[in-house]
Amino acid sequence: MGIFDRKKPDKAGDKTAQGGFLGLFKRGLEKTSQLLQTDVRDLFKEGDRLVDDDFLNELFAILVKTDMGAGPAAEIRDKIKADFRSRKIEMADALQTVKDQLLELMQQPEAPIDRAASGPTVILVVGVNGSGKTTSIAKLTKMFINEGSQVVLGAADTFRAAAVQQLTIWAERLGAEIVKGEPSSDPASVAHRAVARAIELNADVCIIDTAGRLQTQTSLMQELGKIRRVIGKQIPDAPHEAILVLDATAGQNGISQARGFSEAADCSGIVLAKIDGSAKGGVVIPIRREFNLPVKFVGVGEQAEDLALFNAHDFVEAMFAEHFAGQR
Amino acid sequence: MFESLQDGLQSAVKTLRGKGKLTEANMRDALGLVEKSLLEADVSYEVVQAFMGQVTERALGTRVLLSLDPSEEVIGIVRDELINILGPVDPSLHLRGELTTLMLCGLQGSGKTTTCGKLAQLLLNNNAQPMLVAADLQRPAAIDQLHVLGEQLGVPVYSEKGANDPVRVCQDAVKKAKQEGVQVLILDTAGRLAIDDELMRQLQAIDQRVGPDQVYFVVDGMTGQDAVNSAKAFNDALELDGVIMTKLDGDARGGALMSVKHITGVPIKFIGTGEHLDALEPFRPDGMAGRILGMGDILALVDTARQVVTEKQQEALEAKIRAGEFTLDDFKVQLESFSKPGLMKKMIGLMPGMGEMAKMMDGGGMDAEGDARRLIAIINSMTHGERRNPKVIDPSRRGRIAAGAGVVPQQVNELVKQFNVVAPIMKSMAGQGMAGRMQAIQQLQQSGMMDPGGGPGIRTKKGTGKRLTPKEKAKMKKQREKERRRRRRGS
Ligand SMILES: Nc1nc2c(ncn2[C@@H]2O[C@H](COP(=O)(O)OP(=O)(O)O)[C@@H](O)[C@H]2O)c(=O)[nH]1
Ligand SMILES: Nc1nc2c(ncn2[C@@H]2O[C@H](COP(=O)(O)OP(=O)(O)O)[C@@H](O)[C@H]2O)c(=O)[nH]1
Ligand SMILES: [Mg+2]
Ligand SMILES: [Mg+2]
Repeated sequence: MGIFDRKKPDKAGDKTAQGGFLGLFKRGLEKTSQLLQTDVRDLFKEGDRLVDDDFLNELFAILVKTDMGAGPAAEIRDKIKADFRSRKIEMADALQTVKDQLLELMQQPEAPIDRAASGPTVILVVGVNGSGKTTSIAKLTKMFINEGSQVVLGAADTFRAAAVQQLTIWAERLGAEIVKGEPSSDPASVAHRAVARAIELNADVCIIDTAGRLQTQTSLMQELGKIRRVIGKQIPDAPHEAILVLDATAGQNGISQARGFSEAADCSGIVLAKIDGSAKGGVVIPIRREFNLPVKFVGVGEQAEDLALFNAHDFVEAMFAEHFAGQR
Repeated sequence: MFESLQDGLQSAVKTLRGKGKLTEANMRDALGLVEKSLLEADVSYEVVQAFMGQVTERALGTRVLLSLDPSEEVIGIVRDELINILGPVDPSLHLRGELTTLMLCGLQGSGKTTTCGKLAQLLLNNNAQPMLVAADLQRPAAIDQLHVLGEQLGVPVYSEKGANDPVRVCQDAVKKAKQEGVQVLILDTAGRLAIDDELMRQLQAIDQRVGPDQVYFVVDGMTGQDAVNSAKAFNDALELDGVIMTKLDGDARGGALMSVKHITGVPIKFIGTGEHLDALEPFRPDGMAGRILGMGDILALVDTARQVVTEKQQEALEAKIRAGEFTLDDFKVQLESFSKPGLMKKMIGLMPGMGEMAKMMDGGGMDAEGDARRLIAIINSMTHGERRNPKVIDPSRRGRIAAGAGVVPQQVNELVKQFNVVAPIMKSMAGQGMAGRMQAIQQLQQSGMMDPGGGPGIRTKKGTGKRLTPKEKAKMKKQREKERRRRRRGS
């Protein structure tokens, strides 16, 4: 099954894990094509087009432009070709079948954050440079505080200029406790102190910010493992979540990011930041398929309230929204 | 032995015919691969389409000259075309006599502030006095960030506490810079989304009221398909003067750069290769083209092929061969091109199905380059007359040549014998290009040509040719060195 194999058991335990993406895709398409054979095939609609090379190329272009990758786009195109060849269909209908399948793939349970049974829930936040980690932490903090939780932040990005100040400003604005380190000090020790502080205060949530790093920088990636271990010694099971913050404008490198950070920090989910722009963030589709890493939240702006629960339906709709303009 | 060699070569020549020129048909596979690779590198779909059309047109009818097959030739052409498109380079900041203002813009988190610091460092290195301007009033601690960088560099940073109008801040900064005799002002603007009309208008306002001399678009090397949209919005709003791509120190292929270049047409100035302030490099299209295209193995092969025989050399040689004037001197030129360090093995290792051969060369004690060099040494010891007409080589000449080259006389004999085989083959291969000649060299190698120490059959058990002991080899090497020095002095 090649790239459709799941590499990790699904932590969230959702049912889409079996059979992988292709299986789902096929099953869904069977349903749809049966439907089409009976209802639509012989009904000649305005805008119906023959499923020919032009049609398939156009479909491929639409898919590729979401950043899902040329490989997955070609597979979907070929499946549509096999199922609808020489028939007439509207592009919107073809896309609807695609959307249904993607929706099933991206579907996930409601409760996004794995909370500790007792004591502070520790969340480690990782990602490449500038992806939106610190801002996403501010957003999560606001969400937890709104829920009535007490939050301790660990400013373990001791590398980037004024990264600590940035998180400090957010902590002050939002009313969170913050534990800081000196510039260039050991991030693991900052994380350690932050968790200790959270235990001491009996806080509900402790979120650790880390410096951006590229997944190819092996020693910096190993540092994440060290931070994890330090936290784990203080609270068994911690960190309860390791969140990868992915920039929605990222292209295929997102796959490499998911692989690298999953290996180094054992990520449990993704925050897809900057989805408020024109980028579609489609790279989370191959990421979901390959690493079974669910998107938990999306970032929709620069303010602390600009965070939304990931909603597979809305996400998939938004991926192809412009191709449905004026429809229904 | 020699007959089968000749047979082999002739059939090789036959299969090579018809591969001479690039056609729609023989390019199809390679173009498909290229298209896929570019999409995987994040080049935007429409840019890939435009590019593929352009390349196909350019490549059609091109002679498959130096590469091993049409696909490789196509990929070489694609890379050349990519280099063309990504160029020309212009790493100049176009400083003027008076105050020069640079403005950096781009999406959130693309690396603008860090790149401001890097440019300041570059200016300091060139003895120009820069000043940084904190015009990002959006992101928490963005002003602090710039101040930290300024302190690290010992560069002044202009900022206004509590300000909320970046246009004003920039205008005030210009005044201040003029008063203080600053040479270059660098404006660090807030990140913004291309679809955020209000913020894009704000950027236009800075542009209009401050009139920066150069406006650079800072784009993240990991950007995907959306690069076309953001590049277009920023270019429409501002008329960009250059592009800087950041975060290329990782494994991102950076195909977005092609999208940005396609949309804006402005030069790519620098690339960011790290978080430190010295990690800014002038843009080099050739390196980037290879990175975006991927296919490193094939490109290495194409490069090697081009390195081995230049087009001009090849034409000259073909003319000679056709005219039946292929002499030992020409043979030497051939050998020389293969005796460059590492080249032979690289070349052979890269050829489909030749992996075994490369392994043999590694482990089997075969030293093709050394062998080629030995043959060259033998030819070098000959007079010009002997090189043109090896028939005149009698036992006494043979002894002299052998001594000069540090080989045994039998090796001279082998060389002459085998040259007599090669010359007609070379003639039959005229016009077949590099590939044909590579095959010839391989065949020769298998025949033992490349090991005059043993002659044909040396690699089999039956071989009786004497193998030199390490001591003898060392002695010979010494002799050869001596001979080489003598010749150098003589010339
Ligand atoms: N438009 C938008 N900008 C964002 C979002 N998340 C973060 N940013 C911006 O992206 C830039 C980098 O964010 P930051 O949190 O500092 O990234 P970090 O380096 O990963 O910590 C900042 O300018 C943020 O305001 C988002 O969801 N939407
Ligand atoms: N690895 C790497 N990181 C970079 C590079 N340029 C910038 N960064 C990092 O990217 C992040 C965002 O950079 P910043 O300058 O704050 O971006 P801005 O929001 O556009 O001003 C920071 O963590 C920088 O250290 C680069 O070339 N390579
Ligand atoms: Mg940060
Ligand atoms: Mg900035």
